[in-house]
Amino acid sequence: MIRFVLGRIGFYALVAVVLAFFTLPLLWLVTAPFTADPTYEVRVPLPGGGRGDGGTAAFTWDNFRAVLEHPYALPSLYNSVLLSAGTAALVVLLAALAAYALSRVRLPGRDALLYVLLLLSSIITGTAAIVPLFQLAVELDLIDSRLGLVLILTGGLLPAAIFMLKDFMDSTPKSYEESARVFGASPLQIVRHVVVPLVRPGLATIAVWAVANVWGNFLMPYLLLSDVEKQPAAVITYTLYTEGGQANLRLLSTFGLLYSVPVVLMYLFVSKKYGFRFHGGIKR
Amino acid sequence: MAQATSPPDAAPGEDARARRHSTDAAGLGRVRAALFTAPALALIAVFLVFPALWVLYLGLTTYRLTGADAAEPQFVGLDNFVEALWDPAFWDSTWLTVEFVLGSAVVGQVGLGFTIAWLLRDRRGPLKRLVEGLVILAWILPSAVVSFLWVALLDRDSGTLNALLGIPGFPWLLDHPMLSIVVFNTWRGTAFSMMLYGAALGNVPPSHLESARLAGATGWQQLRDVVFPHIKGHVLTNLLLISLWTFNDFTPFMLTAGGPDGRSEVLAVHVYKVAVQSGELGYGAALSTIILLINLVVAVFYLRLLRSKR
Amino acid sequence: MAAIELRGLTKVYPGGVTALDALDLVVPDGEFFALLGPSGCGKTTLLRTIAGLEAATGGAVVIGGRDVTGVQPGERDVAMVFQDYALFPHMDVADNIAYPLRIKKVPKGARRGKAAEVGARLGLDGLMDRRPGQLSGGQQQRVALARVMATQAQAFLFDEPLSNLDARLRLEARTFLKKLQRELGVTTVFVTHDQAEALAMADRMAVMEAGHIRQIGTPAEVFQRPANTFVAAFIGSTPMNLLDATVRGDTLEVAGCKVPVPASAEGRLQDGERLVYGVRPEYMAYSDGPADAALAGKVAIVENLGASYLVTLDVGDVAVQAVVPEGREPAVGSDGHAVPRRDRALVYRDGELV
Repeated sequence: MIRFVLGRIGFYALVAVVLAFFTLPLLWLVTAPFTADPTYEVRVPLPGGGRGDGGTAAFTWDNFRAVLEHPYALPSLYNSVLLSAGTAALVVLLAALAAYALSRVRLPGRDALLYVLLLLSSIITGTAAIVPLFQLAVELDLIDSRLGLVLILTGGLLPAAIFMLKDFMDSTPKSYEESARVFGASPLQIVRHVVVPLVRPGLATIAVWAVANVWGNFLMPYLLLSDVEKQPAAVITYTLYTEGGQANLRLLSTFGLLYSVPVVLMYLFVSKKYGFRFHGGIKR
Repeated sequence: MAQATSPPDAAPGEDARARRHSTDAAGLGRVRAALFTAPALALIAVFLVFPALWVLYLGLTTYRLTGADAAEPQFVGLDNFVEALWDPAFWDSTWLTVEFVLGSAVVGQVGLGFTIAWLLRDRRGPLKRLVEGLVILAWILPSAVVSFLWVALLDRDSGTLNALLGIPGFPWLLDHPMLSIVVFNTWRGTAFSMMLYGAALGNVPPSHLESARLAGATGWQQLRDVVFPHIKGHVLTNLLLISLWTFNDFTPFMLTAGGPDGRSEVLAVHVYKVAVQSGELGYGAALSTIILLINLVVAVFYLRLLRSKR
Repeated sequence: MAAIELRGLTKVYPGGVTALDALDLVVPDGEFFALLGPSGCGKTTLLRTIAGLEAATGGAVVIGGRDVTGVQPGERDVAMVFQDYALFPHMDVADNIAYPLRIKKVPKGARRGKAAEVGARLGLDGLMDRRPGQLSGGQQQRVALARVMATQAQAFLFDEPLSNLDARLRLEARTFLKKLQRELGVTTVFVTHDQAEALAMADRMAVMEAGHIRQIGTPAEVFQRPANTFVAAFIGSTPMNLLDATVRGDTLEVAGCKVPVPASAEGRLQDGERLVYGVRPEYMAYSDGPADAALAGKVAIVENLGASYLVTLDVGDVAVQAVVPEGREPAVGSDGHAVPRRDRALVYRDGELV
């Protein structure tokens, strides 16, 4: 009995520590944008607050107005949407086709190929490849091209996407397709009527994963898009942080919040609809 | 009703028949399968494989961002590699990277991720959703935003942490830059391990746990004898992926910019500084090649373990 | 409706494993035919090769007089029920049943109508807008059957149609399937590993082992006169007694006892020949007291089979089993005498029936 009680206490203590650890850094993001004249300090925005009483600050919407008036803030969010949606669409389409073929048709050397590509992608997408990717973009005239950036990002995400989707498709029984096949459905009909609906949760997972990846990607757009009108929110955030030597906390906190909201909404939507689970993907 | 065709002969044409008749589930056949994979492979070849090979070549030259070597880089063989191996800055950076990977990925993310998954394994309801939601939030927020959140958290004068600990003025990012980015990266990346272990623990047959409990095994013994053998494969794959990801992670740059005095300059940041800030593209490419090799060794090591444990 | 004919059908997998070895088989129009065998014997491969899901390495598949060996599965005019039913989880029952018609480009209204009609026939009326996940195992099976019926194919193929049902439901479904097949009159081949299922449902059956057909016949033939010791051991809910025997004139010496040569083998045995003597426990007359031509021994085990008992006798150092009606079961340790029925006893020479 005592053991049980101690266990309970230990459990809640641990959970409380975990909760505190993960909540603490986020507090600033949800308070500063609503605070008049924000500092690094976390203060609760209250109407009429901030008159010397510690821990509160005057509540305001002014910071949002400032972001709206900033010439590049909102357009950069639009750019982020374009880049993420474009990349996600391309990744899902190409990865699904490839994963399906690799899962169902025995092609020579497919497993070795997948492992090598996966390894390569987890290595190359970082700083290691910035030099050649930059040169490649120059040669192919893809500097300042959103399409070029989408292609480059897609190339980096594809191996992992194929790997995860193939695993997902491997775990989907083949009898569905065989059944449709005996009824006379053509391969493309089978893909449309049976396979796509069956693997839709997997496709959604990959789409979300791709969007989240591109949405947060800073290095590639920073490297390849010099036209400030085409730059996504990640780059603009960094610009707000560094421009003029002193970080503009009003803009930065508020823009950071606006920039964060879409991925959070997307996560909530997906976890509600499909349950944000791991579909094998990494299981071995 | 179908009409009778000529009776089938035995041997001839059998090979051709087997080839024409695709036997995969959807009747896709090899030609369509190849067409399905071609676009993905083409993009990967151009934007992933080619740059990787190009790095290997650049590492052998004196290519620079500006100056004479920008127009006509010299081929210098392995000079860049020799230079790197004699450069204490390279070794410092490598050591910091090992610390970063071991501290934040292997100990931090795996330990914390597994702990959370284990604590919440049998739970349903709001508490589980709240904890998981927050952990995942840290993972999905853009890196430009979260790194700035940590700058705010750790700020020496008005940061939340110092206010809570009652030590205003303590310069975390200056005095403990490595500890800062290790804790930061643990916070940032735990979600992946947590979800993976959550899924893996769900696959441990309850009957095995029950029979262990009937045999009087303690919680720790259950973990060691029942749970771990089941999720060993997951653990290794997870370690492989997060090790590689952490090894190549550039986000610490946004927190400390590698400073002060290079005390948090992990290899990814080191390469960026050499190649982009100093413009030594050839030398940077050689460093990239070394990183690639280290990654390869790490990956092969894990894959070996994975194979032998299976 | 059509007959199915296999001529020298061979399937060798890329690894070199021979799953089907030059099989010949004719399933006449309208027959309910069972493929029975232990797992790995090639029965499912055979079914899938008839469907066209596996490509034959050699030989021919002829359905309704048409050679379909190289024809795609969808053009063979057969329909198949899979072991897991393969009901599409994202479609409701009506859409599942109507799916074959959708492929044939039947307009939506007409195919919903047909689905409702077939569904009603199988008692699925109230379930047409449910998803497969919301149905019980028995209902899922009926949806799979309805879908096959909607195709109006020339032949049906069932892969282990009952194995996903629980034991009680299985008996019910067995009767239902047999009745349905009789009413529809469509040539049907089904695969099972359960000999009782094959005996109960099939008009005729083939017993397979390692890519070969070991016997084809009606259930009664296969049960009463297994063509070889493999079939003899595989068929029957209590395994057949297979005992080493030596020919002594016009009697057989079995485990130190003398029994007459079975009627079917009379005049075909040589004196002194060593054979295997086979008799089903059901074809034994059991008595406590001494009897002529009996296998006599001590009662070792008595098992309750419900309306009867399975008695195991230790005869010398071999075990002999006999089925005894209820009320006449002996006590363990007593003397027992089992007299084989002469018209049901069999002898096997080198594993084959004499």
